[in-house]
Amino acid sequence: MRNAFADEITRLGGADPRVVLLSGDIGNKLFDKFKEQAPGRFFNCGVAEANMMGVAAGMALSGLRPVVYTITPFTTTRCFEQIRVDVCYHKAPVIIVGTGSGLSYADLGPTHHSCEDLAILRTLPGMTVLAPGDSLELRAGLRAALKHDGPVYMRIGKKGEPQIHPREPDFQLGRALTIQQGTDVCLLATGVMLATAMQAAKLLAEQRISARVESFPTVKPLDTARLAELFGRYGVVAVIEEHGRIGGLGGAIAEWLATQEAARARLLSFGTADEFMHEVGTTEYARKRFGLTAENIAREVAGRHAHRR
Amino acid sequence: MSADIARLESIARQIRARIIETSHRTNTPHLGSCLSCVDILVAAYFQTLRLDPAKPRDADRDRFILSKGHGAAALFQVLGVRGFYPVAMLDDYGKDGSLFAEHPPAPEYLPGIEAATGSLGHGLPIGLGMALAARIHGRKYNVIALLSDGECNEGSVWEAAMMAASQKAERLAVLIDFNKWQATGRSEQVLALSPLVDKWRAFGWNACEADGHDMAALVRLMQRVPDGSGKPIAIVAHTVKGKGVSFMEDDNNWHYRIPTADEVLAAKKELGVAA
Repeated sequence: MRNAFADEITRLGGADPRVVLLSGDIGNKLFDKFKEQAPGRFFNCGVAEANMMGVAAGMALSGLRPVVYTITPFTTTRCFEQIRVDVCYHKAPVIIVGTGSGLSYADLGPTHHSCEDLAILRTLPGMTVLAPGDSLELRAGLRAALKHDGPVYMRIGKKGEPQIHPREPDFQLGRALTIQQGTDVCLLATGVMLATAMQAAKLLAEQRISARVESFPTVKPLDTARLAELFGRYGVVAVIEEHGRIGGLGGAIAEWLATQEAARARLLSFGTADEFMHEVGTTEYARKRFGLTAENIAREVAGRHAHRR
Repeated sequence: MSADIARLESIARQIRARIIETSHRTNTPHLGSCLSCVDILVAAYFQTLRLDPAKPRDADRDRFILSKGHGAAALFQVLGVRGFYPVAMLDDYGKDGSLFAEHPPAPEYLPGIEAATGSLGHGLPIGLGMALAARIHGRKYNVIALLSDGECNEGSVWEAAMMAASQKAERLAVLIDFNKWQATGRSEQVLALSPLVDKWRAFGWNACEADGHDMAALVRLMQRVPDGSGKPIAIVAHTVKGKGVSFMEDDNNWHYRIPTADEVLAAKKELGVAA
């Protein structure tokens, strides 16, 4: 995903002289093309994220469209107050990108994990929160963010994520994307868990359970029209995210669901537990530890589906 | 003394009186912090900054950011008297639904405000972003951020200082309202601040000291931005908290204390402003 980001932002920066790229001393060589193309619009802001966010806000207030890029915890929780005051209170059109989100950097330890960012960022007034499911959603999401006149947070993965969409989807901020139709249950994924949701749907199909798969690249604003349709139609709706079960997409949907009169479906939430993973391991290890595997999701969804029939 | 300087000093006395009256009327604290930076604000807004109150969003205007947002009670008076909005608007000060309280609102709500501040350590990074934007856009405006000495406790100030130096942001200037106090104690004792001028120099800035109540010196130093050195400029302005009223000067109780009606009268008498 980060390569797709670098490629797309270079393209956008070539077409739009307002685009400025700020990096927190990461992405060695990743942005060489951007730098070559627009040396005056690339800033390595060093390991100083609070300042980087304030600088971005100042640029946005002066008519530029800054894009801030570093590892997720450092571009979110490290400088949260700057995001809250300098960016959101000023309605400054800053695009904040968190790379290696969720458990992408499982082997780097909890300092580099980010299972809280969706929850925290979506509390901010006026903030749009994106988590693209593959590189095509990322590219389209980045373009939509640039057209949007307000702050946007986008969490992305690391590299090597599977491509899900056969071609670029019709991406709109605040709209879910239907990946495949199904009649029995609904799997709803945000961010890099979209591939896992697809695998789970395949496992369910082997058990003759037809699963609809929806991608929610926008976590805020929620596509409540789509949710109303899904919860009215399916007996089980499972939310899958590489994020804590507190406050992420599952949490956001639960908030909405509690206000609905006749929601038929039962919400199942897959995400990380309320704990730090202190031991090291691969992303696959970490996902397994938190039940974020296609096998576990398919098993639990099938069990709930059987129970409700 | 030139006529210009006499005019500025007269405006500063009027502004001080208005701030003290407003504090009494609306229970607005931070009086000492406001009085210490009045001369800096007047020197900036009435003599130095290239701006037109009728065109507060003009792309080429100089930007002034009150990073020490708790000095808003002073800034609100200065902007009103300078003509960014009718002074009569300040009659609503402190009322429910008013824009005027203890900190500046976001720029969209009040002409003349460049950034919503109040949480310290934010104004300089925002100002640096504005200065870098000027370079990208090929514009020639200056950005001045006014910080308090207590504000220099914040790490983000020094993050911005380092980046401004590496970026050679020569149209960026910092003014420190160095009144030697922060909310609950001497700024030197809370977090060792000295040597403050040397710190800015060590961070790659062209730093100098000034009497923060000497209008002529303040105007001269601010007009020297950019100074041709390729470095950002730091002006450490020595000030007196509560300046202008003998019984408030250098007394930190006036960080939070509200003056009585009698104290307002006594203060105005000292300032030579009609009651």
